[in-house]
Order: sequence, then C-alpha cells, then structure tokens
Amino acid sequence: METLYAITTGVLTACGLYLTLRGRTFPVVVGLTLTSYAVNLFLFSMGGLTTDGATIVHGDGNYADPLPQALVLTAIVIGFAMTAFVVILAMRARSEAGNDHVDGKKEDRE
Amino acid sequence: MTLLWIALLPLLGVLVPALTAQRGRTMCSLATGLVPAIALLLTLMQLPALLAGEALRVSITWLPELGLELAFRLDGLSLLFNLLILGIGLLILLYAHFYLAKDEPYGRFYAFLILFMASMVGISMSDNLILLWLFWELTSLSSFLLIGFWSYRGDARKGARMALTITGAGGLALLAGLLLLGDMAGSYRMDDVLASGERIVADGRYPIMLALVLLGAFTKSAQFPFHFWLPHAMAAPTPVSAYLHSATMVKAGIFLMARLHPAIADSELWSVVVPLVGSVTLLYGAWFALFKTDLKAILAFSTISHLGLITVLLGIGSPMAVLAALFHIVNHATFKAALFMSAGIIDHETGTRELKLLGGLRKTMPVTALLSTLAAAAMAGVPLFNGFLSKEMFFTETLATPVLGGLSWLIPALAAVGGILSVAYSVRLVHAVFYKPAKEASPKTPHEPPHLMRLPVEILVVLCVVVGLFPAFFATNLLGLATQAVLGEPLDFHLAIWHGVNLPLIMSLIAFLVGIFMYWRHADLRRFLQPFASVDARRVFERFMITLSYRAEQAIAALDGNSLQRFMGWLLLSALCMGVLGVVQIDILTGSKSNQPTDGILVFGAGMLIFGGIATAATHRYRLISLLMLSIVGLFVALTFARFSAPDLALTQLSVEVVTMILLMLALFFLPQRTPRESSPLRNVRDMLLAGSLGLVVASLNYAVMTRETLSISNFFMANSVPGGGGHNVVNVILVDFRGFDTLGEITVLALAGLAIFKLLNRLRLFMPHSDGEGRVWSPDRYPAILTSISMTLLPLALLVSAFIFLRGHNQPGGGFIAGLITAVALILLYMARGVEWAQARLDFPFQPVAIVGVAIATLTGLGSWLFGYPFLTSAFSYFSLPLVGKFELATALLFDLGVYLAVVGATLMILANLGKVTTAHRPVTDPKEPETPAAQVPAKEPS
Repeated sequence: METLYAITTGVLTACGLYLTLRGRTFPVVVGLTLTSYAVNLFLFSMGGLTTDGATIVHGDGNYADPLPQALVLTAIVIGFAMTAFVVILAMRARSEAGNDHVDGKKEDRE
Repeated sequence: MTLLWIALLPLLGVLVPALTAQRGRTMCSLATGLVPAIALLLTLMQLPALLAGEALRVSITWLPELGLELAFRLDGLSLLFNLLILGIGLLILLYAHFYLAKDEPYGRFYAFLILFMASMVGISMSDNLILLWLFWELTSLSSFLLIGFWSYRGDARKGARMALTITGAGGLALLAGLLLLGDMAGSYRMDDVLASGERIVADGRYPIMLALVLLGAFTKSAQFPFHFWLPHAMAAPTPVSAYLHSATMVKAGIFLMARLHPAIADSELWSVVVPLVGSVTLLYGAWFALFKTDLKAILAFSTISHLGLITVLLGIGSPMAVLAALFHIVNHATFKAALFMSAGIIDHETGTRELKLLGGLRKTMPVTALLSTLAAAAMAGVPLFNGFLSKEMFFTETLATPVLGGLSWLIPALAAVGGILSVAYSVRLVHAVFYKPAKEASPKTPHEPPHLMRLPVEILVVLCVVVGLFPAFFATNLLGLATQAVLGEPLDFHLAIWHGVNLPLIMSLIAFLVGIFMYWRHADLRRFLQPFASVDARRVFERFMITLSYRAEQAIAALDGNSLQRFMGWLLLSALCMGVLGVVQIDILTGSKSNQPTDGILVFGAGMLIFGGIATAATHRYRLISLLMLSIVGLFVALTFARFSAPDLALTQLSVEVVTMILLMLALFFLPQRTPRESSPLRNVRDMLLAGSLGLVVASLNYAVMTRETLSISNFFMANSVPGGGGHNVVNVILVDFRGFDTLGEITVLALAGLAIFKLLNRLRLFMPHSDGEGRVWSPDRYPAILTSISMTLLPLALLVSAFIFLRGHNQPGGGFIAGLITAVALILLYMARGVEWAQARLDFPFQPVAIVGVAIATLTGLGSWLFGYPFLTSAFSYFSLPLVGKFELATALLFDLGVYLAVVGATLMILANLGKVTTAHRPVTDPKEPETPAAQVPAKEPS
C-alpha cells in the first residue's frame, strides 16, 4: 500500500512539475494545481496511512493522526486561493500583453 | 521597568512631532524636546543605584529557544552613551529649531531625529546581541533618512545612499559575526557573552567572527578604508552632522568594540589589527583635514582622525587605555558637536562654508569666534581643555603598548604625527575663518545668530573648559562606572591636569610647535601636493556600484535569460540537487514498518490517479481535455482522503475541486483553447527528465517516511481536544483552537487573494470567443431549464446542509471551511444557472465586506480573550441546557469558525462572481461572419 501511494505521489509530482515548465500560462496553472495535489497527498501521508481510523474522540479505538489532516485542510484552501490568483494574473497578462506566453512575448526562443 | 521606559520612550516619541507638527514650530519643538528630556531624567535617576553597584537589567522573553528577547541593561557604559545621545540630542533639537528654514518640514525632521535617537539608545542599552543588531540597522536606516533630508539635492541623495550602502553592508557582516559570537558563547545574552571571553578567543572560528564584527564596527565608525562615506554624508543638514557624525552614530562602532571588549579583545589578532587600522585612520583623516577647504569637510576628516585615535586606544586595550578611550569619546563629542554647530551658524549667517570665501569673522561674530576658538583648542589638545587630558592619556598609552614587539615605537610615532596634524588643522580652521582678513565678501552680510541658537554651543564649550579644569570632579564617577562596565572590575585612577614633565608632555609640546609651523607653511605644502591628482571617493564609489549592478544583470541574464521557463528550470534543478542530497543520506530506503496489504480498490484508485496525472500532462495542448483529466485527479484525491480516515479532508477537497474547476473553466473561456506546439523535442525530453527525477526523489522520500515509525505530537491534541477545546473532532479543534493563529493567518491570506483578484479584474478587457476551440458556436440555450430549476430547489437545501456541517463541525466532520465552501458552491451554481444579472439583482451586495467581516470576527474573537486576561485566541466553552433542545455546548471557537466561514464564502464568491461579471459585459452572441446562425435568435438580454 505504501509503495503504491509513494509511486502515485511521485507520478503526480512529475506530471505537475513538467507542466509548470511549459511556456504558456494555462498549462502552468494546471501544473501548479496538479503539483499542489501531489504535495497535499505527500503531507497527508506524514501521519501514516490509517484505514478505518477516526479523528473524532469517542472512547478508545483506532485513531488517525489529526495534525497532518488539519495542516492539509488549510493547504487545500490556500491552494485554491493561489490557483485563482495565478489564473487571473494569467488572464490579466493576456489582456495586457496580447498573448499568453509566460514571458509575455510572442516568440519562443527555443 | 524604568529601564524599559528609557529605551522605548524615544521610540514612542517618534509620534510626538508627527502629532504636534500642525501646532506651529515652537510648540512642536517643545513637545519633541520633552522626549529626550524625560528619558535623560529617567537615566540620571538610575545613577544612585548604579553607584551602589546594582546590575540593572530588564528582559521580556519572546522566543527563548532562539535567544530572542527584549532585554535592556543600564551599566556605566550605557549610562555614558545615554547621556551623550540624549543630552547632545536635546541641544541639537534646540539648534535645529533655529537652523531649519521657515518652509522646511520640521515635523518630519524631528521625527527622523527622534527615531535615530531611539535607535542609538537601543544600541547603548541592548542586553541581547540580536536586539543590538536590530537597533544598529535602525540607525543605518534613520541616518539614511536624515542625510538625505534635503532629497531635492543630488549630493544629499548620493551621500545618503553611500552611507546606507557602506554601513548597511557592514551591518550584514555584523549580523553574521554576532550570530557566530552568540553560537560560540552559547547564548545571545550580553552577560553570558561577556563572561565567556576565554572560550570565544580559544574557538577556531574566532578570526572569522572577529573579522565580521570588526567589519561592522569599522564601517560604522568610518575607519580606513571604509571612511569615505563620512565626508559625503556632510550633505546632511548641519544639526544632523553635529549629532550623527560627531557624537553618536559614528561612535556606535566604537561603542560596539568597547561593549564586546571583554569577550573578543583578549587576543594577539585584536591587538595587532585594531591599533594598526586605528593609526592609519588617525593619520589619513588628519592629513586630509589639513587640506580640505569646506568647513564641514575639515570637521568630517578630523572626526575620522579622532575615531581612529579612539580605535587605537581600544586596540591597545589596557585598563588605562580603555579609560582614555571612553574619556576621549566624551571629549570628542563635546568639542566636535560644538564645532559642527558653529560651522552651521557660520554657514547660516554668511551663506557659505568655503574657507576661501570666509575670513575676518571675528569682527562681525565675536561670540561665535570665541566659542569656536575654545572648541578648536580643545580639539587641538591645548592644556586646560578636556581634549588635552585625553590626548595626554593617549600618548602615555601608546608609549606603554607592547604591540608589534621591536616595532613598538611605531604606534607612538604615528600618534605624535597625528597630534601634529591635529594641531595644524585646528589652527587653520580657526585662523582662516575668524582671524585672517577676508579676500572676498561672503554671500550674505554676517552677524551673530539668535542667542538661543548659540546656546547649545555655549553649553558644550563650557563643558570642554570645566572638564578640562576639574577633570576629577566632573568625570571620575561617570568614567569609573563606564570603565568598570567594560573591564568588569573597578579601576583605581586619578584624573589630573599636571603630571610633571614627562614624555607625553614633550610629545604634546612638539605637536604644538610643528603643528603651528605646518600651518605657517601651509601654502608650500599645498604647492607640493598639487601634482598629485586627488581621487573623488564618490566617483569611484558610483563607478563601482554601476559596474556591480551591470555585472549582476549580466550574470542573471546569462543564467535565466529573462525567461521564466529557464528560471523555473534552474529552480527545479537546485531543488533536485537538494532533494538528492537528502535522499542519499538515508541509509536504507525501507524502514522498519512493513507495508500494509493492498487490495483491488486501492490499485484501481492509484491507477486512476496515475492515469489522470499523466493524461493531464500529455493532453496539455488541448486545454479543455487536460482540465477534465485534472478533475479526475482532484476527485480521486478526495477519495484517497476518504479511504485513509480523513473525512474532513475529503469534504474539503471535493468542494474545492468544484470551485477550482468552475474557476478554470471560466478562465479558459478567455484564454486560447489550444497551446501551440513550440518547445523543441530536446527541451521536452529535458523537462521530462527533470520533472521525472524530481518525481522519483519525492516518491523515495515519501516511501522512506511512510515505512518508518514517526514520533507525533498529535497525542497531545487527542488528549486535550475534549477537556481543553471542548470538541470531539480533533481536526476542527486544531484548526479553530490549538492552531487558531495559523487559521487566522490563512483566512487573511484568502481574503487578500480575493481582494487582489478583485483589483486584477478591474477594467480587464478580454477577447471573448464566440465559439469553442473546434469552431463550434456556443449553445444558444444559455440557461438550460433543468439546471435552472434544480439549482433553485437545491439552494435552500444546500444552505441547510452547510449550516448543519458548520454547527456539527466541532464534534463531527465538518466546520467553517467546508460549510463555507458548500455555501459558495450553492451560490455559484445559482449564478451559473441563471446568469450573473439575475443573481446580482437578487444578491445585491458586494462580497468584499463579507470576507473582511469574517476575518474581523475571527480576530475579535481572538482579541476577546484578552478581556478575560488570557493570551490571544484562548477559547472558552461551556455546556447549557434548554427545554426541548436538551444539553448543548457553546464555545467561542464556534464564533471563530463563523469568521472562517464568512471569510471563505466571501473570498470564493469575490473571486468567482467578479470573474463571472467580466463575461457578461460584452459577450458576442453571434459570429460576425455568419449572422444567420441560431445564436442570433438568443433574446438580446445583454448589451452586446
């Protein structure tokens, strides 16, 4: 299970980062979102993977680590704010520069 | 407690001139003057306690683990400097009241001056290395503002920038040095540092630390070769020069060397480097003072020279030398401040500071002439003045120094030459301005200044004379305390005017004779120097700065070529290197914990995630498809959270996923639907390799962590959630209670992002396509009937659900974040189903205030706990019971969560609703080329 989880996180990270290296704004935004998913999964797993656990205190039982959950919860919301800001920045850049290249230039130099 | 007031009062006092500037200058000056006056009084009130041998300390800990605290001390050294800073500061304020022209912004000037004063007092009283550094930097910044006060003048701007660059760079070196020093001593507390001198000197890092600290001290105190900023700082208004460049700021470096003396001075290295740098500075400054023709430039170079003298004494470091250094600090401050102020008066009354244009002022300004002559006599070291005493002590100590072995005669010889030059430039200063007949008329007809403007000079000159005549009476106690603070033990000494005929006296005598002779033959000397081209420090400095920034630009351009992509590449590459370094250090990848069993559902989920991720990347040129693939990932991430016992996260991820997709779809509407193929295959392969390797590193790290037993602090949260936070849902209690401060910061960021987007969308003009990427025209049915009716039905239900989720959040999965997102989704659905106009007409209020009110409620809830004497964001809860409802709980955390809820709703809608508004403004409903398409039949509701 852990192996599978780690591979998934790795693949998502790789795909997300590949997209952030693209030259147009929209794929970069998508890449950032994908990367933030991967990061959230990574952070989440820091407390270990618990099946059928709980973070609700109810006598004794199988508990999941609540701390990474709380951290990831805020990370998800902040991630949304970041995505929103970047994508609207991209729109603004397009309206100012007339194209959607990350450098605001039409011609790609490579 | 009084100590804290002495240190912080000037800092608060910065507001006084700002508040009273409207009341006229006299009022403002008086009110501002109260600040140093009170602080001075408070300082003097501590004198009996100090004489009784008490150690005065006050400290408020902040982060004790990192050694950060607000700690002040008042010992003899601080007292001496406080008296200088506050006493002379008071005189300077009086002087500035008359000096500044009518229309100059005196309020701002006073505010800068008090800020500077506060930072100097901070340096003098800091009981913690880091705090000391903080105030150190504050002096650099405030002196920048003061030097550049006449910002319309180019030389003022350049001088200010040069001073800031040099002292700022020195400040950075100092920070590194102090951090090293604190590390070597094991504490940043001044007492601990001063007590561990032996350990520090024996430490292998001592030379590096010493070099860094001295760099800080030398740049601040204008020691050679960092002296050149000081003459250029003379572009400041004269009160500033008199204050900063005679009595205070340039003494900060000296102060540092004195303060840290017990900790760092007991080494061979110190006793060679410091006296040598000091002597070179002493001679260099004195030599140039002799040939400058601007009054203030002469004084600036003479200041450099005197600072060198003090540095030599501190470098010698014997008890008597330290005493002499401290004595000379006081003496120099008094006569130099007096001379600067007289120079300012001369400038003010005649309109020039140029020696060639001045002369014969004795007739028109007799009192100023007398005062300046007396102050210059003190500077030259004429007997019966205070300067004489400390100079004699200086000569004595240089003769006694064992530094440099067989070359030990070098330092006294250099000292004697310095003495000669000092006499020569002092005589020249006074003679050329007041006694020599003028060659040409000065720009203005000179006359005596207002008496009150001269008063500060008079006070200082009286001090010079009185201390010179009765040194034992006036200076013994003060210097005794200060020396004791530096040396750690009391020093038995007696200050006297007459020590009999000895070598130092003969040296003084020679200095006078040769000095006067040199001034007599000044013209010959000048002629001799003529062929040597002088170097303008400013031009050298400017050229250096320009070259530096040019080279930096070149280097940056070579690295990233101003391309964000390449920049990203470098960033990821360095992240990769760091990551690989980390992973390599793990001995075995698999830890002690065994893998948990895998089942088919898990494999399917992981497969979907991997498929979604790769598909998102592979189809990125077809943006809509890529987006759909991304949503698969998002949904499966939510399922992953649900699978691994995190219902709160699953709910959050699901609702965030919805708003993210709506947002990206909306954005895609305004952006090209396809990405052109532009990266070369080579580049693609390179990027894939880079991203792939990073993926490998992340996977390895993740695996390594998951297979190891980890120590978690969560047991504390689990144990205290119900008794301490009153909630059963530990995740929610962590968010709103244990880590409430983080959450507060987070919703603030969210609201800020919303506001920033609101601003970004302001007057945004975008091209709106009439068809999708394949050329298909948008559907004419803009508001499908089914969606419309469902959304209407769903709204109250969704709001109900979100209220439910919100209320139960403290004990069951849910809470403000999730509830807020659900509400936002429901409202957005309405927007989508009925159009922005329709929704806007019914939800007629802006969302910005909602978000801000949310943050405000959360903050006020936090502040509320102060009313009950608890720290910020302490929560309280209690159980109540009502008929019918039964027993229920009310917690302040719920109020905090309400703030979170409102912030989330407000920010999300601010983002999406505002973006939605952009679409409707002028959307083309028809293709201009094909006017007969079905799209034309759409009822023209919107302006097109």
